[in-house]
Amino acid sequence: MKLTIQVNEGPYQHQSADTAYNFTKAAIEKGHEIFRIFFYHDGVNNGTRLTTPPQDDRNIVKRWSELAAEHDLDMVICVAAAQRRGIVDEGEAERNGKDATNLAPGFRISGLGQLVEGGIQSDRLVVFGD
Amino acid sequence: MSETKKFMYVNRKPPYGTIYAWESLEVVLIGAAFEQEVSLAFMDDGVFQLVKNQDTAGIGMKNFSPTYAALGDYEVTKIYVEKESLEERGLSLEDLQHLVWEDEDEDWAEKDSIHLVTRSELADVFAGQDVFFNF
Amino acid sequence: MSILHVVNKTPYERSSLATATGMMKDSDTLLLIEDGVLGAIKAGTSASLLSGHKVSVLGPDLAARGISADKLADNVDIVDYAGFVDLVEANDKVQSWL
Repeated sequence: MKLTIQVNEGPYQHQSADTAYNFTKAAIEKGHEIFRIFFYHDGVNNGTRLTTPPQDDRNIVKRWSELAAEHDLDMVICVAAAQRRGIVDEGEAERNGKDATNLAPGFRISGLGQLVEGGIQSDRLVVFGD
Repeated sequence: MSETKKFMYVNRKPPYGTIYAWESLEVVLIGAAFEQEVSLAFMDDGVFQLVKNQDTAGIGMKNFSPTYAALGDYEVTKIYVEKESLEERGLSLEDLQHLVWEDEDEDWAEKDSIHLVTRSELADVFAGQDVFFNF
Repeated sequence: MSILHVVNKTPYERSSLATATGMMKDSDTLLLIEDGVLGAIKAGTSASLLSGHKVSVLGPDLAARGISADKLADNVDIVDYAGFVDLVEANDKVQSWL
């Protein structure tokens, strides 16, 4: 099965990011293909590299980056939602006059078309949110 | 273009209390360029999104409700509003914006985009869809 | 053609479980995840919403919330994340009731 996963909520605030991660891992373990993971609404906050969660709890951002690196996953942060919430890469910083970037490794910022394409190209779209 | 899929965008939340109503519309607008077969469903509190005469000046937020009226221009012609949800909330079709689209096959005749359906009819519509977007 | 309906909130907080069960067809399956698993407790007032439907519950979410299997409504199937993936594959499409 080719899967697109949509994550609508940020790390820690809701369980969505955790459930999405656990689901994605299980899908990979079963040999399915992850076409794309698309982060929308507050979900874009999964892509900031500036979090410092407590040592005795899971590091949500880091484990997304690690999963992506291990399995060559396409993790897309929605540009419009990211602009609203301050998730910035080099290109966005330049375009919008920001003096810093904060995008975590393994994520890329792109348009909503990537979500729509995911819906078209995948066998299943699974949405995790509030 | 690859196979056309039936996309259903499901709206169940009121506007302004959260961003989901607006950001869901943004997907619909961008999605129009991909020429899939699009339907929107407004049910539960989602029916509140279509209420006319929204005036957001007092809360200092952008009034995005005119965007619903523009959906016809984006070739969104199937907007399902669930009857039970309206009634439970003390609303009727008259409280909602009159949304239309222009049928170029019939000399640009103006047609209603909103289909008032029962929950049971909406379930039938859902059964025929391929992909569900939720926000 | 079948839909996997996913509900992640309790029936005491949201109408999602009521809406989902009201929209289900015979061939559909309901999967309760996250806080939604709490709607499967047999003695709860909303457990009746589940009858007549194929229902699965995400085991790890039950365990996290300290709910043992014996507290659940009859005919509720407990699955793990692998089972969640299987349900997504077994049904044609997924409707997450958010």
